[in-house]
Amino acid sequence: MTTTIDRERTVAAPGPAFLSDTWYLTGRKLRALVRQPYVLAFSVVQPAIWLFLFGNLFHKVIDIPGFAFHGSYLAYLIPGIVAMNAMSGNMWAGMSMIEEIDRGTLNRFLVTPASRLAIMNATVVEQAVSTTVQTLIIVGLGAAGGARYPGGAVGIVVLIIASILVGVLWGGLSNMTGMLLRSREAIIGVYTFFMLPLMFLSSAFIQPAFMPGWMQAIASRNPLNWEVQIGRDALSAAPDWSAIVVRSGGLLVLALLAVAVSVTTFRSYAKNV
Amino acid sequence: MHSHQPEPLTRQPARPLASIEARGLVKTYPAPGKNPRIRALDGLDLTVEPGTIFALVGPNGAGKSTTVKILTTLAVADEGTATVEGIDVRADPAQARRVIGVVGQRSGADPTATGRENLVLQGHLYGQRSNAAGRRADELLERFALTEAAGRFVRTYSGGLQRRLDVALGLVHRPKVLFLDEPTTGLDPEARAAMWDEIARLAAVDKVTVLLTTHYLDEADRLAGCLAIVDRGRVVAEGEPGRLKQDLDVSSLDEVYLHHAGRRYSDATRLAEGAAR
Repeated sequence: MTTTIDRERTVAAPGPAFLSDTWYLTGRKLRALVRQPYVLAFSVVQPAIWLFLFGNLFHKVIDIPGFAFHGSYLAYLIPGIVAMNAMSGNMWAGMSMIEEIDRGTLNRFLVTPASRLAIMNATVVEQAVSTTVQTLIIVGLGAAGGARYPGGAVGIVVLIIASILVGVLWGGLSNMTGMLLRSREAIIGVYTFFMLPLMFLSSAFIQPAFMPGWMQAIASRNPLNWEVQIGRDALSAAPDWSAIVVRSGGLLVLALLAVAVSVTTFRSYAKNV
Repeated sequence: MHSHQPEPLTRQPARPLASIEARGLVKTYPAPGKNPRIRALDGLDLTVEPGTIFALVGPNGAGKSTTVKILTTLAVADEGTATVEGIDVRADPAQARRVIGVVGQRSGADPTATGRENLVLQGHLYGQRSNAAGRRADELLERFALTEAAGRFVRTYSGGLQRRLDVALGLVHRPKVLFLDEPTTGLDPEARAAMWDEIARLAAVDKVTVLLTTHYLDEADRLAGCLAIVDRGRVVAEGEPGRLKQDLDVSSLDEVYLHHAGRRYSDATRLAEGAAR
């Protein structure tokens, strides 16, 4: 019985407990990810279809006078497809949140002294890791299809960072929707409502110069478009770094906001299950 | 609302400290539309002595689960106070979580992980280092006859196996108080009997205080040293099962239950008659 008493006296300090809880809870998520790699791979199938269908169907678009892009249309599409995948892949975050609520897993964690923030953090880290893997798959598929990336490894890293930010942004919103409405249908609804408009109101498929003015105006304020522009810039031979930094800063602010909102929602959920 | 006054250090409890104590718990939930809020708990009082098994029984929606949620820091009462091992669950939920173990109605085990992985992670969340968490996991696996299934994914577990793992998860940190929300619902008779033995042993051998909710009166009759019938958010009868039967001069707990949760009596009779026909 002495061990019981000792354990009670050593109340863990909040700092290290937060870090170690994040570590262990993230480990749980990543282990599940590694054990079901087909889930990750399968989620890339749809963006890959877009990549090759659009890349081949519209490959002559690149020849339109004024379409200022050096490379194939397939290469032009890559950042947009990466953004699309980051958005759609992380929409599922809220689904797994609902599943863990329904299964009682979340409550099991909530009755332990585990850091609340660590529980949410684990989902964010999982989103970042899975988005990175998926982005690499898309970049690889593009290369296999003949796309070239003059920006090299640095460009690809920047593209990955931008895709993580988009992923965290949408993952946060998805988590919030899942916890507030507890409905998978609502998440799918939000996703289908935003997905195509945001994609087509961006430079994912066509240069903004060819868009009507009102579309250009929306596109310049569309965070998904920022990611596309960051990626395309970074993968080009001569990136405009100041533009990349400004847009990445914008994405970072939005991603942090989304995390803050989902943490707040989570806290109010945890207070009254 | 309430102010939490610091306890004077010198104050001695008049009697041995109760393991669980709830006073005047009120909990309301918003009702749809313009209806008044639903009163899930309406001034519920509860006292559970250390090392005993206490059963909460009552119809669906009577407030059993809400009570467990408040006592386990998953929900906050609108009014009233509750303590576990003398710790106010509202003022100091973090400390309360260290002394309680909770086995929820739904499993909560991660189906994509093995039984052992679930236990080790649970240990980590209570601050155990890897070695200690591993040792404790193996101890519990053996105790609950899960050693053979330890390396299998939980999604392949049978109902009984899964429930035993759930209880093991609740015991990882050697809690002083264990909450079991409908521990044997959905189990076959054999698994149920095994679970009963285990619960009885927890109180008798390990001196853990057990609060369980159940729909099975035979379960409460057999296990509980004390029983409370909850109806409409209040305790309508409380006492030792034998004593409750004696007081009404009846032979079964079912009759006690129907007597106290009276509103349901006619419904239950009609149902029973309907089934007999």
